[in-house]
Amino acid sequence: MSGTFVGMPAFPEAAHRAVGDRTLRGNLRHATHTIRAKRAGAVAELSDWAALREAGRQIKDHALRHLERCLVQLEDAVTAAGGVVHWAADAEEANRIVTGLVKATGESEVVKVKSMATQEIGLNEALEAAGIRAYETDLAELIVQLGKDRPSHILVPAIHRNRGEIRDIFRSEMGAWGRPAPEGLTDEPAELAEASRLHLREKFLRAKVGISGANFMVAETGTLVVVESEGNGRMCLTLPETLISVVGIEKIVPTWQDLEVFLQTLPRSSTAERMNPYTSMWTGTTDGDGPDTFHLVLLDNGRTDTLADPVGRQALRCIRCSACLNVCPVYERAGGHAYGSVYPGPIGAVLTPQLRGVQSPIDASLPYASSLCGACYEVCPVAIDIPEVLVHLRERVVQGGPVTRDGAKVILKPAKGHAAERAAMRAARWVLGHPGALRTGQRLASRARRYRPRTLPGPGRAWTASRDLPALPTEPFRDWWQRTHGEDHRPAGTEGNAG
Amino acid sequence: MRVALFLTCVNDTLFPDTGRAVVKLLTRLGVDVDFPMAQTCCGQAHYNTGYRHQAEPLARRFSEVFREYEAVVTPSGSCGAMVRDLYPRLGERARTEGRGDILATTVAPVVPKTYELTEFLVDVLGVTDVGAYYPHRVTYHPTCHGLRVLGLGDRPTRLLRAVGGLELVELPGAEECCGFGGTFAVKNPDVSAAMGTDKVRNAESTGAEVLCAADNSCLMHIGGTMSRLGVGMRPVHIAEILASTEKEPLVV
Repeated sequence: MSGTFVGMPAFPEAAHRAVGDRTLRGNLRHATHTIRAKRAGAVAELSDWAALREAGRQIKDHALRHLERCLVQLEDAVTAAGGVVHWAADAEEANRIVTGLVKATGESEVVKVKSMATQEIGLNEALEAAGIRAYETDLAELIVQLGKDRPSHILVPAIHRNRGEIRDIFRSEMGAWGRPAPEGLTDEPAELAEASRLHLREKFLRAKVGISGANFMVAETGTLVVVESEGNGRMCLTLPETLISVVGIEKIVPTWQDLEVFLQTLPRSSTAERMNPYTSMWTGTTDGDGPDTFHLVLLDNGRTDTLADPVGRQALRCIRCSACLNVCPVYERAGGHAYGSVYPGPIGAVLTPQLRGVQSPIDASLPYASSLCGACYEVCPVAIDIPEVLVHLRERVVQGGPVTRDGAKVILKPAKGHAAERAAMRAARWVLGHPGALRTGQRLASRARRYRPRTLPGPGRAWTASRDLPALPTEPFRDWWQRTHGEDHRPAGTEGNAG
Repeated sequence: MRVALFLTCVNDTLFPDTGRAVVKLLTRLGVDVDFPMAQTCCGQAHYNTGYRHQAEPLARRFSEVFREYEAVVTPSGSCGAMVRDLYPRLGERARTEGRGDILATTVAPVVPKTYELTEFLVDVLGVTDVGAYYPHRVTYHPTCHGLRVLGLGDRPTRLLRAVGGLELVELPGAEECCGFGGTFAVKNPDVSAAMGTDKVRNAESTGAEVLCAADNSCLMHIGGTMSRLGVGMRPVHIAEILASTEKEPLVV
């Protein structure tokens, strides 16, 4: 994935900084709570939401089950419509293809509309290395790019910034990238929007090459679909002479009719709108209308490996609505950057360790970046059981086991640093398998109750750093029960009432 | 009716008062309660931390210990959810991994007859007024697994509203996780503490004397945070409130 995230520390350390940043926490809390409430309202308007959710799940599962057939059908349809299809197994190959395509046009700059796939592969950095400048044109992406920042949300990449911060970024950075910010720019939303509009308009009218992603690809017609709010995407899709779309292979749906489900569930889940303002669709090329050259780069980059995992593959159903981020209490406190990937929040915590593997400290820590509260599963419009996948990936981290990497089955070794935990779990398992041993332990604890420490050693230190331990009882329940009721398996109805 | 109390290892060891309250309450309602001494733990901590294979023998033990009872009642939403939601999945996974049907067939009989306490009271016994008396201002925190996995809905608050003398006040952000999450509280201490602090501050804003929930693990985290922040509220398990009567009030 994006080079900008390489070398990230594990999630708890990254989150530590975010939790201490009052401005960031305020920005995130305000934004996520606002959209959370709106989404709930927009979803409640539909009486058939549960049926739509189930339909979305089934359509995606069906497409994934027949992925190869769907992709070949798509390739045929795109080619027949005048487009060119390229297959990229990984980030390096995709970057090489796109860089080559841009160079072949003789251009040294491109406009881009928000594409997570290109962020995932670090395309901007690869283009820059080849002497090509990429201009982000989605408003939030523009803010991130101008601020030399990283995206922190799937839908609102600059969610961690407030209006004042955006004004400052526009004032100090816009000039270096093109048209400077107007004199005396304030933090009024209308003024900020106008400043970005003027800045971007210049780019759209000049650009010869556009690079986009896509929300959906329709196999039967070879149609690509982008869903957006600003119209900047449509500018990128229609004004340049050459359009290059980089899309993850899991974005495919079999038929045109399948879109009816997602065009209802995606806007309501993401922006809490009944319908998004712009839905752009393009099929190959058309003479005299829009780009005259169209390239589609189909990106794998770990997706077919993910598909090989019967539990984890459901993450590929994701339609990138970000509803799970907006309800996640962990995301709200830790912020998107702590997830170390272009895919933050609960979906990132299950998607990233599958696409990238669990070898690095950040990737191995992501499955634990959740309290398993289940709010993400509840709101997911394609019913991805994120808690189930998180626990499944925890198993992969601590136990290792068979995984598919680059198409081959390999046996993963357990991640380092879990030896003590593994030993403790084994010991606990033994005690819990022997009620007598459990009872002895309970009695010892009760006897030592006067020595309850204020600070625990080892991993327990994290508990006592912010919480007080409960007082130990004088007697565990089972001792009380035996004292008052005798041994178990007494015949029904022969015992006096308990007090 | 002969039911088994599955108290959970955490309650047995740290919160025996909750167990005594469940026994007192169910007995008062005419239920014959048994506590099989061979019970230990449902295996949730193992499962959730990634040690599924270690959770399997615990699931088998649980199922064997409780097999003969008409119903199993537990005062813990998350342990109840482990049995009801995850035991069938454990069995299914074992089967797909080629380890046969033993686990699936062992857990199958106990899954449908395992109830969280408030569910058992409302759905099986059909009562919402359990004859309790608790003259305090109380706010209720619906714990995540009770809320989202078991779907307890308004059962706990219906029971609380019927308690004599009790004033129930709404908790702002009630459905947000308190930040416990088992090993999450230790593995991500900063985020967990921030979530706990917000939960406590929200509870404090209600002016309630007591924060009540149906799961002692969450209450341990919330109560530990209250104690550290010096907030003058008490965490109390719902079973203890429902067991409290005018004649035998809950002694705190």
